[in-house]
Amino acid sequence: MNRFIELKNHQREIYYFRLRLVLSLGFVAVMLFILLARFFYLQVIRHEYFHTLSDSNRIYVVPIVPNRGLLLDRNGVVMAQNYSGYTLEIAPDKVTDMDALIAELSTLVAVTPKDIKRFKKLLTERQALGTMPLRSQLSDEEVARVSAQRFRFPAVEIKARLFREYPFSDVTSHLIGYVGRINQKDIEQLEEEETASNYMGSDYIGKTGVEQSYEKALHGTTGFEQVEVDAGGRAVRVLSRTSPESGSNIMLTLDAKLQEVAEQAFGDYRGALVAIDPTNGEVLAFVSKPGYDPALFIDGIDTETWEELNSSLDTPLNNRALRGQYPPGSTIKPFMALTGLHYGTRSPSRTISDPGYFMLPGSRHQYRDWKTGGHGSVDLFKSIVISCDTYYYGLATELGIDNMHSYLSRFGFGKKTGLDMEGETSGLLPSTEWKAKRHKQIWYPGDTVSAGIGQGYNLVTPLQLAFATATLANDGVAFQPHLVKEIRRSRGEPLFTEHKQLFDLEIPPEHIKLVKDAMEAVTKPGGTAAGAAYGVTYRMAGKTGTAQVIAIKQGEKYDEKKVSEYNRDHAWFIAFAPADKPRIALAVLAENGGHGGSTAAPIARKVLDYYLLGKVPKPLQTVAEKTGAESD
Amino acid sequence: MNARQLKQRFMLHLDPVLLAALGGFMLISIILLYSASDGNWMRVLGQLGNIAVAFTAMWIVANMPLHWLMRSAVPMYVLGMLLLVAVALFGEISHGARRWLHIGVATIQPSELMKIAVPLMMAWYFEKNEATLKLRNYFVALILLVLPVGLIMRQPDLGTSILIAASGFYVLFLAGLSWRIMIGTALAGLASAPFLWSALHDYQRHRILMLFDPSQDALGKGYHTIQGMIAVGSGGILGKGYMNGTQTHLDFLPERTTDFIFAVWSEEFGLLGNLLLLGLYVFVIGRGFIITANASTYFTRLLAGSITLTFFTYAFVNMGMVSGILPVVGVPLPLISYGGTSLLTLMLGFGILMSINTHKQLVKT
Repeated sequence: MNRFIELKNHQREIYYFRLRLVLSLGFVAVMLFILLARFFYLQVIRHEYFHTLSDSNRIYVVPIVPNRGLLLDRNGVVMAQNYSGYTLEIAPDKVTDMDALIAELSTLVAVTPKDIKRFKKLLTERQALGTMPLRSQLSDEEVARVSAQRFRFPAVEIKARLFREYPFSDVTSHLIGYVGRINQKDIEQLEEEETASNYMGSDYIGKTGVEQSYEKALHGTTGFEQVEVDAGGRAVRVLSRTSPESGSNIMLTLDAKLQEVAEQAFGDYRGALVAIDPTNGEVLAFVSKPGYDPALFIDGIDTETWEELNSSLDTPLNNRALRGQYPPGSTIKPFMALTGLHYGTRSPSRTISDPGYFMLPGSRHQYRDWKTGGHGSVDLFKSIVISCDTYYYGLATELGIDNMHSYLSRFGFGKKTGLDMEGETSGLLPSTEWKAKRHKQIWYPGDTVSAGIGQGYNLVTPLQLAFATATLANDGVAFQPHLVKEIRRSRGEPLFTEHKQLFDLEIPPEHIKLVKDAMEAVTKPGGTAAGAAYGVTYRMAGKTGTAQVIAIKQGEKYDEKKVSEYNRDHAWFIAFAPADKPRIALAVLAENGGHGGSTAAPIARKVLDYYLLGKVPKPLQTVAEKTGAESD
Repeated sequence: MNARQLKQRFMLHLDPVLLAALGGFMLISIILLYSASDGNWMRVLGQLGNIAVAFTAMWIVANMPLHWLMRSAVPMYVLGMLLLVAVALFGEISHGARRWLHIGVATIQPSELMKIAVPLMMAWYFEKNEATLKLRNYFVALILLVLPVGLIMRQPDLGTSILIAASGFYVLFLAGLSWRIMIGTALAGLASAPFLWSALHDYQRHRILMLFDPSQDALGKGYHTIQGMIAVGSGGILGKGYMNGTQTHLDFLPERTTDFIFAVWSEEFGLLGNLLLLGLYVFVIGRGFIITANASTYFTRLLAGSITLTFFTYAFVNMGMVSGILPVVGVPLPLISYGGTSLLTLMLGFGILMSINTHKQLVKT
């Protein structure tokens, strides 16, 4: 009985055990189904998604920065180029104590306080991850020293990079401009233009001058490399590559040697000179003095040097040729003469008697001629040759300011010339309407009188005046002034700048001939620039001018010696040559140079002598000869 | 003894079906390790050594008569507990956990021993009390389970403690633990979850949280899960091909020769490869079930059942964690992952299964 029950129990036990075993089997089946479902979900349903993730894990797009195009002068002389060099760069994110790191590094490479200041300034302007340069242009020895100690500085990298170099430095600083590190503002601008992707990997962008205005062509197209990387970010292999397209080389209209001659002709004077080929608008020389060393700006300038440049009384950062606005003074007279002829206010033969001053009817205020006692009997021709103020006081009064405005503006006064460089100012050509708007005042007859000799409200830029002179020299047919002759693309045919005729003033030939003849006579004995033009072997035409810096009180006489240097009058000279068939027209401003005939005209003479005769003043420190022309 | 007799003697206590399946696993393991280690022969040779040791151990255990096994249950368990206490007191800390014990020349991980010792002990205990099984016995068995699991969890080693807890639970379940108690305990467990949560280590909590949203910490704690899922998912149906897994060969997969080796398999062989591997596991588990069902004693039934189910749990937890449905708890893929210790324990288990299967006839006759 007992045994029977035990046996039964045993069988029941086995039954229960097997039941539990079957339940376990069911559990295993359910779990297996869950796994299978999961695999199906990951590997079939979401396969595309994970495939993409896996690719984005391993595939990096690495930009290949194109080489920036070169800048050449019209003869192929290099004005901006690239050279490869080493920089010492620091990844700030990996650094805990920057000062200690810099201190340690300075035992290996020379780090000046200026470098440190510049670097710290860069750090504050930094907008992206990556390294920032502490020192550039490391010597081979310095590279070797840092490389040997690399393990000590995980945050430090030596990078081989292309640097921008400007062989002419301050001589062409205002024309060529410079590149600088891309900052937040640049990025915003690039994003607005939707070209930000082309700057992936680029460190530099044109900031001023031609480097800025031709940025698009110079930069080129960034190439891309699809690189397979491992989890540590190391490149394993290249999957595909789109080559970068180098930036275009740009040939300027500028003549580098002429530029140097012009720059050095200024001597110690500050000022500006713009020379234009009147037959096509090509800018041959573009000087603003003093210049600055553009290399200072490439990797960010330190605050101290910046302050020094910025607060200097000589304002070396001011592009005088493009942005400087000065009263044109007597250089306005040839244009005034054409205005008088145009409106018939003055016939060529009509003479006036100059007592040495001019008085408005009903007023006792004397507008003085520069020559005490006056020039006697003066006609239009003579008024230009001897620069008679009284003649133009009267002419202006008879013309009225609005006629003057209307005709002079045709020469481009008061307007931007549209030169292919950013930041141009428009000068000022006053009118009654302008004064009402700007000063909420009525126009006084007295305003017109001083406007007649280019003083008062009138303001021109050297570029504007050169453009107007070129238009006059080309008999009223104006060409768009431009700096670029040719864009040599790395792929495709070069692009030549068209010579764009802007307008033809249709000045009667006899009018233009009279004024041009008078301007030629300016350089002849008896003319205001006779001294500067002494011994000239080609036909030179010109006009002197003086721009007042401070107003002289009634009855007082301007005494150059009494006035401090920076308050002295500016000297102007406009010229073109050869007078019968002009190939070059220019405007020279010598700041605080006093009389145009004695300071500005000799500068113009040197420029013309070089351009027309190949005469090089001695001694001339030339970069153009040292670098030589680029062979094609 | 001639060669044929030698072979017969060698195979006497081995199960040819199980042996074939295990051989299949070893083959896959070697092939996969070669890829996962980026063609590192040292790794492959090392694993071949591990396999040799583990097979030998399996053979020895398979040849042990069952009463030896029963007799070793208590000493093994006691030794294991002593070592666990020693680990808690003097253990070496590595990777933020105190799991290893340095004795003379070798470093041992007592928790691995407990994977065998705990079910062995519990099965022995139920066998001893078979005739008069009462609720009290289940409670004692539970204590035998909870003590080592608690110590291992404290190390902390969540993966091993889960596996041991599972193996103990399977013994309890197969021994006929009443449904009322199981359901009651489950409910109580749910209710006490908040307290358990507070008892977990920070890194364990983090891993559990990452399960729900691994992208929260994609480069930190969630990195393992995300990269594992990417590897599995990007494998697709056919896989990227042997040695062609980008997640594997470009170092994106962490621990790819050990805990995450399944991701390598999935990436390179795809869904089809997974089906093959799952099939192989099902085959081994099925064989285990048959051995269990045919086992002659209470002790062997409980032990064989627990070993088989624990083996499945092992595989499930690993594949589940690599494919992102379970938290990353640090369980290797059984029979595939690189490493001697876990392989040895597993093969000891299979040795026990074979012994159970081959010694019962001898006992009966």
